[in-house]
Amino acid sequence: MTSAPAMRAFVVKELQHILRDRQTLTVLLLMPLVQVLLFGNALRNDVRDVRVAVVDPVPSVTTQRLRDAFVATRRFRVVADARSMDAVEPLFRRGAADMALVLDPAFTEQLGRGEPAKVLLVTDASDPNTGSTMQAYALAVLGDHERSLRAAGAAGIAVQTRMRFNPTLESVNLFVPGLIALVLTLVSSLMTAISLSREKERGTLEILLVSPLRPWQIIVGKVVPYIGLGLANASTALAVAWLVFRIPFRGSALLLLAESLLYTVTSLSLGVLIAANASSQRAAMLGALVGTMLPNTLLSGMIFPIASMPAPLRLLTNVVPARWFIVIARGVMLKGVGLEHLWAETLVLCGMTIVLLSVAVRRFHARLA
Amino acid sequence: MSEPAIVADRLTRRFGSFTAVDAISFAVARGEVFGFLGANGAGKTTAIRMLTGLLAPSGGSARVAGHDVASDAEAVRRSIGYMSQRFSLYEDLTVRENIELYGGIYGLSDAEIRERGGALLESLGLTPWARTLVGAIPLGRKQKLAFSVALLHRPAIVFLDEPTGGVDPITRRQFWETIYATAAGGTTVFVTTHYMDEAEYCDRISIMVDGRVAALGTPAALKAEHDADSVDEVFVRLARGQ
Repeated sequence: MTSAPAMRAFVVKELQHILRDRQTLTVLLLMPLVQVLLFGNALRNDVRDVRVAVVDPVPSVTTQRLRDAFVATRRFRVVADARSMDAVEPLFRRGAADMALVLDPAFTEQLGRGEPAKVLLVTDASDPNTGSTMQAYALAVLGDHERSLRAAGAAGIAVQTRMRFNPTLESVNLFVPGLIALVLTLVSSLMTAISLSREKERGTLEILLVSPLRPWQIIVGKVVPYIGLGLANASTALAVAWLVFRIPFRGSALLLLAESLLYTVTSLSLGVLIAANASSQRAAMLGALVGTMLPNTLLSGMIFPIASMPAPLRLLTNVVPARWFIVIARGVMLKGVGLEHLWAETLVLCGMTIVLLSVAVRRFHARLA
Repeated sequence: MSEPAIVADRLTRRFGSFTAVDAISFAVARGEVFGFLGANGAGKTTAIRMLTGLLAPSGGSARVAGHDVASDAEAVRRSIGYMSQRFSLYEDLTVRENIELYGGIYGLSDAEIRERGGALLESLGLTPWARTLVGAIPLGRKQKLAFSVALLHRPAIVFLDEPTGGVDPITRRQFWETIYATAAGGTTVFVTTHYMDEAEYCDRISIMVDGRVAALGTPAALKAEHDADSVDEVFVRLARGQ
């Protein structure tokens, strides 16, 4: 039984290791909590606040009643009243409207003549989950309205539906931009996080700090070499999207590549910041995994529509770089829009990169002061 | 030109309420081999971090190679070489790649790097190893290489933080011969060590106890002052507060 005390000592030692590495411990403890919280909240497919553009060429009391039926559900919000579809098109491209309710010019007469009144329902389906959910809600409202019309002796409503941007509702079109974001972040932030924390651990960082190199040079020097690698990563991801998943490339491939590169630099900077705060390679690795994987899959809109998240989570998505990149990637790939519609998202990514890098440099200075 | 290589004047560093380095004052002459001794936790590392511009002093001042460590840390860093107990070289780079890296960081031209690097490899007998990964060469050679690389930019002062940790006695002795040769060439050597036999080799030593310089002088003078046979004895007496 001589091995028992040795065993106990060993277990105690292991426990001490675990308890002493507070960062890893915190991550390990919080991960399940965060995951369950996020999954539980994000895994909701109901959609609130659908922005509707109503196209009513010949407004009347009858058409107004249909409009009111939508507003009354409180799930729909009318963001525009137009006379023709032309006016709605820009709203769709900008992402300012989710759905258009297009009434036939003869809507009122058709009902009066005892014919079914024609309605066209156009839904933005660049996010297929949300798209089909929104469409189902709208159809339910139309169905209710039709029942009340029938009760009054009218013929009913003939609804046509159309999906914009992703007519076949292929969710692969939705996932691939998100997947590109995931891969780019994961690889990029892991790379810099591990490389910087390794220097810390081996003591070579000290040598660099004693040298004439300034902290910002060390930080930027850590990011720059990986840009080439990031470009390769981005190209591969886009090529796979196009060749394997047959994702349409409606916009400029060059723009998308440039945006992917920008996003890679953001991720690299995130990795440096994580490493600047981590005390060991292990902590940096875990930090990079948790700091990128979770927000990227759960809070970016890649899988779960941001629109259907509770307000606090929706707010939180704003600090997730992938959220902005996915808007850009979907915009370029599926909608074919250019920088004129995506400049805001692009600026956000630029701003994030600058903030991440300067905070990392600051952390370095703080260590020295 | 007559200014000493290092002047510390009541140099102090506090961490919260704890004073790690408590108003230490000393001067190191040019070309001197200065042994900076102290038990673990005596404040040695903190003092070195201040002298190399890694840590800002909370009080007092220090000038290294004529530059103030607080206000002109960058000029200090350019004038010094540094080698630490942990390996200063990248194990996954070759010998030559390491030389090129350090030469580059310290602003040497490609021609200078080639010339000095070649001479360095020659003198260390490492020419056949130039393309070998540093991780694969023997410890003793690695140490000498790290030292030579720290001198590649010909700094006025070189800081050696426990440079001979984990090295066999013969290699240590050879290493000290290199240190002497370097000092003879006019470079100031500021060295910390836990080996008291090495302390005997220094021109002068200081012994830190609890953040203060408890003793300062030539090994012979300190032994005489404390009526001891060796620096080891002096050290143990001071460290124990006898």
